[in-house]
Amino acid sequence: MMTFGEKQTAITGVGLSEISRSATKTPLALTIDACLEAIEDAGLKRSDIDGLATYPGSDNNASGFSPVGVAQLMDALRLEVNWYSGGIEVPGQLGAVFNAIGAIAAGYCRHVLVFRTVYEASARKLSKQANALVAGDRVYSQFASFAPYGATTASVQQALYFQRFVHDYGLKPETTGRIAVNNRRNASLNPAAVYRQPFTLEDYLNSEMIATPVRLFDCDVPCDGSAAFVISRLDAARDCRNPVLRVESVGCAQKVRNSWDQIEGEALGRQAAVSAGAMMWKRTDLKPEDVDIAQFYDGFTFHTAAWLSAAGFCQPGEENDFVGDGSRIALEGELPINTSGGQLSMGRMHAYGQLHEGATQLWRRGGARQVNKDLKVSINTTAGGPMAGCMMLVRD
Amino acid sequence: MARTLPAINDDNRAFWTGGEHAALMINRCRNCRTYVHPPVPFCPACESRDVAPEAVSGRGRVSTYTINYRQWLPDMPVPYVLALVELAEDPTIRLPTNIIGIDPEQVRIDMAVEVAFEPVEDLFVPLFRPVEAPKP
Repeated sequence: MMTFGEKQTAITGVGLSEISRSATKTPLALTIDACLEAIEDAGLKRSDIDGLATYPGSDNNASGFSPVGVAQLMDALRLEVNWYSGGIEVPGQLGAVFNAIGAIAAGYCRHVLVFRTVYEASARKLSKQANALVAGDRVYSQFASFAPYGATTASVQQALYFQRFVHDYGLKPETTGRIAVNNRRNASLNPAAVYRQPFTLEDYLNSEMIATPVRLFDCDVPCDGSAAFVISRLDAARDCRNPVLRVESVGCAQKVRNSWDQIEGEALGRQAAVSAGAMMWKRTDLKPEDVDIAQFYDGFTFHTAAWLSAAGFCQPGEENDFVGDGSRIALEGELPINTSGGQLSMGRMHAYGQLHEGATQLWRRGGARQVNKDLKVSINTTAGGPMAGCMMLVRD
Repeated sequence: MARTLPAINDDNRAFWTGGEHAALMINRCRNCRTYVHPPVPFCPACESRDVAPEAVSGRGRVSTYTINYRQWLPDMPVPYVLALVELAEDPTIRLPTNIIGIDPEQVRIDMAVEVAFEPVEDLFVPLFRPVEAPKP
């Protein structure tokens, strides 16, 4: 059997800045907080870091989507590295982690620092350029084909895929509602989450209809914050401070058209998750029933629903039965999901808050929201249009 | 609706200006006749570079849609329908658009629609409206 490079890597330290709707610090200060915490958590020093990766890196605009890039952080911490990477064109938001794993497997690095910083809550108060599409300018981006039609935000555009998923698979609002209620309940037990007041299924169903079928409580919440990780070569990881969280498997295959409008066939509803999920399972002997917890991407509730089948936990069309009254996906359930509150309630950290939570649970640092069973296997996923990725962690 | 417009180049000009002559222009391979969208100068089926815009019928069906109720911008009347429309000639080709000429609540997936152009600055933005029932 060939050797899968990711199995020679592990998460050795994690860090999280304050997460808020109105930061008390600059984006760089938040990033430094998260990065220094991750390095210390691993029991390492700045001088041990020999690689640096982020998603998506400096984008030189006022949106707050990525206010800190590789160069700014690398210089601030005076890191000396063998390799670095930042970029938005990766297979899903966790692409920076996949890049770091690749750099370690290629032998470039021993300890790669990975970070993701957002400032999307404060940015909206600071600049009109925080809007995705600014009237008056011609649009050059990958969204140019949508530009004339009022696809002003992700919630309007993602509503198209959500609607198709409902049409193809009969996904009920009660099911996406149970996902939103579950995440908020978990957030109520997480001091780091931005929205902690529990709500009911009725509250969800009565929340503002933004763009059918997207209700307000289907949407994640823009926030300010930074998350950081140290990804280490497995032999070096065993010398670090924490129990080793080995990367068991990565899924980054994309077999659908890489286009927000031409995404085809069943992927119009299921998006790009199917091929990524299949790749993850091909690279491990573990099965879905071995997974103890899952942090499914939840930019919108239906992303989580779509991942249930893409990751092999049910067939497409069985999401309503799988989620049921919500008890199966709760902290006490068979498959606890989005245990931090996810992006819906903890804040939109583009999968990096969720990855922090996966490690937190496996290390049993979850406090009031800690899943009360022997956790060994955790998966994380990403989604949103023609991009998806996933990964599995195993605690040794 | 105030419309934000795409940047135009030699690849996509025919698509965004064909409405001046009431024609929805879609790239098509002159060698194997495959439609190619978005408009790029390469045929993924036969690898020919001989690809050029041709007029299609302008007919299609709604692949998916959303009724937007939230007022995002002051000059944007709500509700409006954002949709992807699949073309009659090749349903794998989907065009982002607005569905007009119908109560938004009546739009459905698979509804038959036809193109209608709205001139904006130097472009002709393709919109779609329900195909009118044939007269008895």
